[in-house]
Amino acid sequence: MAAPTTPAEIGGIGHSVQRKEDARLIEGQGNFLDDIDLPNTLHMAILRSPLAHARINGIDSSAATALDGVVAVVTGDLMDQHGLAWMPTLSGDTQAVLATDKVRYQGQEVAAVIATDPYIATDALELIEVDYEDLPPITTPQQSLEEGAALIRDEKEGQTDNLAYTWETGDKVATEEAFAQADQVVTLETHYPRSHPAPLETCGILADVNSVTGQATIYMTSQAPHAHRTLFAMVAGLPEQNIRIVSPDIGGGFGNKVPIYPGYVVATAASLLIGQPVKWVESRTENLISTGFARDYYMKGELAVTDEGRILGLRVNMLSDQGAFYSDAQPTQFRAGLFHVVTGSYDFPAAHIDCRGAFTNKAPGGVAYRCSFRITEASYLIERLVQNAAYEVGIDPAEMRLRNFIQPEQFPYETATGFVYDSGDYPTALRTALDEVGYEDLRREQAEARAEGRLIGIGIAHFTEAVGAGPSHTYDIAGLKMIDSAELRVHPTGKAILKLGVKTQGQGHETTFAQIVAEVLGIPANDIKVEHGDTDHTPYGLGTYASRSTPVGGAATAVVARKLADKAKKIAAHLLEAAEEDIELASGVLSVAGSPDRSVTIQDIALAAYTNLPEGMEYGLEDVTYYDPPNLTYPYGSYIVVVEVDPDTGVWQVQRMVALDDCGVRINPMIVEGQICGGLTEGFAMSAMQWITFDDDGNCIGANFMDYLVPTAWETPRFELLATEVPSPHHPIGAKGVGESATVGSPAAFVNAVIDALAHLGVRNIDMPVLPDRVWAAIDEAS
Amino acid sequence: MEITVTINGSDHASDVEPRTLLVDHIRRTVGLTGTHVGCDTTSCGACTVLMDGKPVKACTVLAAQADGAEVTTVEGLKTADGLHPIQSAFTDDHGLQCGFCTPGMMLVGASLISENPDPSEDDVRWAISGNLCRCTGYMNIVKAIQTAAARVAESSNGS
Repeated sequence: MAAPTTPAEIGGIGHSVQRKEDARLIEGQGNFLDDIDLPNTLHMAILRSPLAHARINGIDSSAATALDGVVAVVTGDLMDQHGLAWMPTLSGDTQAVLATDKVRYQGQEVAAVIATDPYIATDALELIEVDYEDLPPITTPQQSLEEGAALIRDEKEGQTDNLAYTWETGDKVATEEAFAQADQVVTLETHYPRSHPAPLETCGILADVNSVTGQATIYMTSQAPHAHRTLFAMVAGLPEQNIRIVSPDIGGGFGNKVPIYPGYVVATAASLLIGQPVKWVESRTENLISTGFARDYYMKGELAVTDEGRILGLRVNMLSDQGAFYSDAQPTQFRAGLFHVVTGSYDFPAAHIDCRGAFTNKAPGGVAYRCSFRITEASYLIERLVQNAAYEVGIDPAEMRLRNFIQPEQFPYETATGFVYDSGDYPTALRTALDEVGYEDLRREQAEARAEGRLIGIGIAHFTEAVGAGPSHTYDIAGLKMIDSAELRVHPTGKAILKLGVKTQGQGHETTFAQIVAEVLGIPANDIKVEHGDTDHTPYGLGTYASRSTPVGGAATAVVARKLADKAKKIAAHLLEAAEEDIELASGVLSVAGSPDRSVTIQDIALAAYTNLPEGMEYGLEDVTYYDPPNLTYPYGSYIVVVEVDPDTGVWQVQRMVALDDCGVRINPMIVEGQICGGLTEGFAMSAMQWITFDDDGNCIGANFMDYLVPTAWETPRFELLATEVPSPHHPIGAKGVGESATVGSPAAFVNAVIDALAHLGVRNIDMPVLPDRVWAAIDEAS
Repeated sequence: MEITVTINGSDHASDVEPRTLLVDHIRRTVGLTGTHVGCDTTSCGACTVLMDGKPVKACTVLAAQADGAEVTTVEGLKTADGLHPIQSAFTDDHGLQCGFCTPGMMLVGASLISENPDPSEDDVRWAISGNLCRCTGYMNIVKAIQTAAARVAESSNGS
């Protein structure tokens, strides 16, 4: 790691500065959505469909309306009168806000009660009578695309089957030629199961629409407040200047808080119609059954390899389960997100991917759960395939990777699917991790253990992510280019306010973004207040997801700070009576080159900016930058997991987990490591326990934290972290983003470890989550 | 029904519906919003408070059951002497990210330390296994609770 260039009291890049966010959070003074209370607030509860597929013949809400304390019952018909029964999704589909014709998944929004008290609102739900007529539920995408399957989206003009989208990329002919040259074709068919981000705080809204002024102040658990304001303006027809979205402290997002959900629309409409604030906060069950599912891809990958273990090409065929509406949150051009990063860390010339998405009677969502749009699925597939290819070719899985890595001198490297990787040194990363774990010794121990009937497995994953969407030439969401912004003002006393278009959900932006400014200007990080989340008081931006805050918002922050540094040098030249080009700025001191005793501080400059300027210069020390990144950034890492599998029960235990991450320059190493530990835990969770399942009737089984298992401290492995640091050459401070790396990279490492323990038995796949009964069945089948 | 609950040392007398949950009473009636709700089913521990010194999940305790009890919430950890050692340790060891689980984690940690002044890593992991965190991966939470225990032990040895 490069040493920090600023002293600790300034706290620039490379310092593990303690977080500014903590002071309020450790004293219970955070300001989360449900903590906000406005006078005369009404409370909303949503009636949800108990059935996965049924026609609605009628809704009788008279008893609910009559209940003392109930102010209104909102149905789809009422929303329809205002043109709001349906809303557009982020993927160009439409989604029902409140069902008018039929319900298409269990948990779908059917009606909403607005009452003076949340308990009364919930009571009233039970008094609403809905006349449902059962329709056959379709619970898998395979059933969905069968001939004669019931049409789920019968309301959609031109829709004659259950196909949601098709998408392909890569060079089919070149890929076929590569496969024709192969000595072997290694095939893996696996399901990346439906999962849910389940941040500990659920989603919610407090909508306060003033019917006299038309001002709509909307407090909302939003990862993307500016984009949401624009979408609210487009959907509800409200003038954008009258919409203020305030995203307060957020109790974790992980993608769950990117889309606009029906509850937000209903609460806002209700506030507009009633003229009082309306609050809706999801219950945990509502969260798990109706908002923000992720993954659910059935993937078939084929790798063309030579007998020497050289990869020649990759072919992927996928089918995704979209649920009833296609509402993936992803850039417009990419129907399966950035899945085409599936070529991974390897140098081979040809790849082809085709993908179909199918409607089913399940909740929509398609969020990128701690992942830059389907990159988790892609990384998982290639790392599982490469590991299996090593077994088939008969070489060590680490050696298989080393033989195929993109080499350091090949960067910038264009992949077979068109990404241009910015920088990396993959062999050093993997070798460092192998050394740390003691790989060769482990392979010996594994062989000895096998001789005793014990099953030890060593799983490797070397992932490459594509994050920080993105360049305006390629990336937009709902037409909005994926730029981001920073606005910086230094006050006369030398203290600064930095305003961001991105929005933290726990990542520590109030600290790390101040450190970027501290690095450039030398103003202590603790003298810089960071504001974000309030659309009236921050510059426009697309928000925080896809690991884009540091690559895009962090870049904007560095650039705006440099603009102020340029002005500071001009002012210093005036104060020191020197030439501007002779002024040097380091750690907050501006001095004349060669005469270090002739100097002023950045605080002197700040005062001068309002009191004593060269003639003709505009007063103030303030600027704004909108940053359009020239490329994505490409963090990577080498993860190694050691497990022991109990052959009698299929239970597997993680013995070691070594994680090397290279995310370029680390702004705050403590926060980076915290992000990695959290991400590794979610990767472990997906490999071991987390999944949202449904029965044949479309009942969601993972509807609470007793059925949807997320790891506790007891199951979570201990992690050993390592780092290398190859900066991004195009990012202003060389940073790449890290928030999602570990979730993206680690599932394959955990699963590969279990497969590796059983590989000598011929086992090549167990679908996630790798539950003990599945492991036991795989052993049983193999022997 | 009439109840009196002592919260962070102050008596709060109120007339509540019998079905009122303790967490709603603390948040809405008393107005202390540091206690959070994450699941409604006793699974996540975001609503953990201390009732007569023991951690309980306030989403499945009735306010009526707390009649006459002493309740400590996150707002009651700090004293005139300053932050509770568990609070400063959570900051020093980066034991929180989004901060939503943090009040519950700190109260469980404080309760553990009061009963077990020198908890092992497994002791801590077991003690907080009823509290979910989605951000940190727990490592720094475990570390923070052990740091706090060591600081408490050190200050009581010194005094």
